[in-house]
Amino acid sequence: MSTMTTPDLTANTAGIITPNPFWLASAPPTNSGAQIMRAFDAGWGGAVWKTLGQPIQNVSSRFGGLHHRSSRAIGFNNIELITDRPLDVNFREIAEVKRRYPKHGVIVSLMVETREEWREIIKRAIDAGADGLELNFGCPHGMCERGMGSAVGQEPALNERITSWAAEFSTVPVLVKLTPNVDDIVPNGLAAKAGGADGVSLINTIKSVIGVDIDRFVIEPRVGGSSTNGGYCGPAVKPIALHMVAALAREPAFGLPISGIGGIASWRDAVEFLLLGCDSVQVCTEVMLRGYRVVEDMIEGLREYMRAHSFARLSDMVGKAVPSFREWGELDMNFETVAKIDPATCIGCQACVVACNDGAHQCIHPAQGSRVPRVDESECVGCNLCQIVCPVPGCITMAPVDNGFAPASWNDFIAGEGLLRPKKGAH
Amino acid sequence: MTKLPPTRSETVFADAKPPYGAAQALAEANRCFYCADAPCIQACPTEIDIPEFIRKISTDNLKGSARTIFASNIFGMSCARVCPVEVLCVGACVYNEMDAPPIQIGKLQRYATDRAFAEGWRFFEAGPDSGKSVALLGGGPASLAAAHELRRQGHACTIYEQSELLGGLSATGVAPYKMQADRALEEVEWVLGIGGIEVRTGVAIGRDLSLSELRERHDAVLIGIGLGPDRLLAAPGHELAGIRGAVAWIAEMKTKALDLRGIGRAAVIGGGNTAVDAVRELLGVGIGEVTLIYRGSEAEMSGYAHEWAAAKIAGARAAFRCQPIGFTGEAGQVRGVEVVSLDAERRPIAGGERVIAAELVLMAIGQSRLGALVDGVDGLTLAGGHVVVDAAGATGCPGVFAAGDCANGGKEVVNAVAEGRRAALAIDRYLRGGEAL
Repeated sequence: MSTMTTPDLTANTAGIITPNPFWLASAPPTNSGAQIMRAFDAGWGGAVWKTLGQPIQNVSSRFGGLHHRSSRAIGFNNIELITDRPLDVNFREIAEVKRRYPKHGVIVSLMVETREEWREIIKRAIDAGADGLELNFGCPHGMCERGMGSAVGQEPALNERITSWAAEFSTVPVLVKLTPNVDDIVPNGLAAKAGGADGVSLINTIKSVIGVDIDRFVIEPRVGGSSTNGGYCGPAVKPIALHMVAALAREPAFGLPISGIGGIASWRDAVEFLLLGCDSVQVCTEVMLRGYRVVEDMIEGLREYMRAHSFARLSDMVGKAVPSFREWGELDMNFETVAKIDPATCIGCQACVVACNDGAHQCIHPAQGSRVPRVDESECVGCNLCQIVCPVPGCITMAPVDNGFAPASWNDFIAGEGLLRPKKGAH
Repeated sequence: MTKLPPTRSETVFADAKPPYGAAQALAEANRCFYCADAPCIQACPTEIDIPEFIRKISTDNLKGSARTIFASNIFGMSCARVCPVEVLCVGACVYNEMDAPPIQIGKLQRYATDRAFAEGWRFFEAGPDSGKSVALLGGGPASLAAAHELRRQGHACTIYEQSELLGGLSATGVAPYKMQADRALEEVEWVLGIGGIEVRTGVAIGRDLSLSELRERHDAVLIGIGLGPDRLLAAPGHELAGIRGAVAWIAEMKTKALDLRGIGRAAVIGGGNTAVDAVRELLGVGIGEVTLIYRGSEAEMSGYAHEWAAAKIAGARAAFRCQPIGFTGEAGQVRGVEVVSLDAERRPIAGGERVIAAELVLMAIGQSRLGALVDGVDGLTLAGGHVVVDAAGATGCPGVFAAGDCANGGKEVVNAVAEGRRAALAIDRYLRGGEAL
């Protein structure tokens, strides 16, 4: 048991100080002051106010869920737009929240068109007490048809220009929220930096069609007899978000603080984003599905994780996994693992047998007289598929093999400097 | 076919395992690991592809799910309710290996097959006429399952049943908290719906027709007549009114409204599944005090432990290690069972005599064996009162096959169905002489 004092969860995201790194993302959970005050009472450290701009009118319905087996909404999409409430009401509520919760972070998300509109709305947000601004250059539905949202985020020059206006007008930190609907996130992050942003937040939602009503022949979420593409989010997008966050974090020319977003549903997810370089994380879908109360476990889980790893403060862990992200050509080709099945915990479902036989390299076989399968280690390529499909945690492990070969990458090999072990399963 | 009265003694019972609704079925189906070479299939006498039918429930392909079940077991609807799943498929589920609740396969199977009945889905058609005909003796699950399979192969079928009711013990023997007789008869009609199965009820083999005559009339014969009547203890007083065979009493309870006036206490003699069922049924029809009398210890009972546990919860009493030695009565009516306590070697203990009061005594000590039926048929042999068959259901007499209780000595409906279908396939091979007709 560690004797260290309670880890400090205070987060500093481009100068925005919050009691913990858990923020609500700009979305329905941050639509009003009453909601955000309830969220702060539940423990959230910050909230990015639902995007302000010229108030819009929404359609019905607005959301769609991707369900898999018994899991509801492992993916989620929406065709809702920015705030539909009067700006005066929003700013009055921002002021009230900041008066009542001075130590919590209120970041105001903004989306307008012209330079004059940006100047006006930034002034009003700061006057109301915003601790920071988030420029919504990411929304992939509706607003982009009007020349805003992802229409800006997908165009680095436009991104840089508008960011530069905000940087000029703002006296508080400016975060640029980036869209993932690009082939490479790095130029877009660099554009925000060039425009003078203090940090970025990513990812916004991914352009998506969540499903099709197969009896009505209409895509979902259905608005009468038609629908449109929405923004995709939820646990299913986390791998895409982690990749984009890491791509910026490992870019030497970038170097700005990052607020991570995309499928964060637990403290474990949050830790992954922090390890890949985020100073704070933003959550939406999990709160929409389960409520503000989920933050209790997020805070506690993060604190216990930090205690277990002897991290005294967030900066001790932020970015710790970034150096592990390498190009494929730099990977050690001689690192070898094989699957080991623990007979004591194996339940004999033989899911691994089918998966290996049909989906991998035909090296796990039924055993005579036992339901516990047999791994042909001479053929096992160490692909992980059996471990992924096994329903018993810890039953299948991938054990390293000492094959006597010194580490060597493909790049080493091409350069004539490395000796590669013989291939397995390639006959 | 004979109609059942709408109100029978059995109609007071509710389902011990209520059916799933759509949300429950979906949640349970999604838990299934879809095992390869699944233990549940291996545990099913009819080898239903259980992971496949469960997957089809999870994707809302209920028609496909029911088709998968019925393709292996045409009695899939009743087996879903009456199978001892705890010792078959559910008992083999790999979830047991991780000490987690196993998949409720019976309830999922009921969900899919009940839907098929409700929607009137039919999956099988009779094959092109082969010109051959088969006699099936007995109208229970073995014969019906065989007839259905034989019709798929194009053979004409005639079922000879001694009673007025088809369905055998599926109709008259299944515990009513699992399935009631009207549902079993509905299933019989559903099975007969394939067409081309002639049914002759009220015909007893050995009385109205001989096996030799049937062999002359038909190209093959399947014996699926089950077991004989209840065996009764010939202890002093056994002629008193109110002493009955359990199988006969259960059949009456399921098909009639019994007059139970004057019966406040009952006793059931035996330790098998029929005895345990009878105890639960007596309690269920309103008899306040029901005692199971068994020679052995509780652990030695051949009845399923999970069924006996349910009987105890329902209020069953028991007298273990007790041997009935006589019956007491008044005015020709039984009033009690005289028993003597037995020691561990089942020897009477001196002074261990007492009387267990009962106005109704059911004997559940087994059913009588076959006898006269097979006399004089070359090659047909009996062992222990059962017809001797090979693995495919063939007797030693060419063209004569047997399936179900009369061949296996008395097992579950699912065994009768499996054996009936297996015998039908053997009959088909026999009729085709190893070649296509």
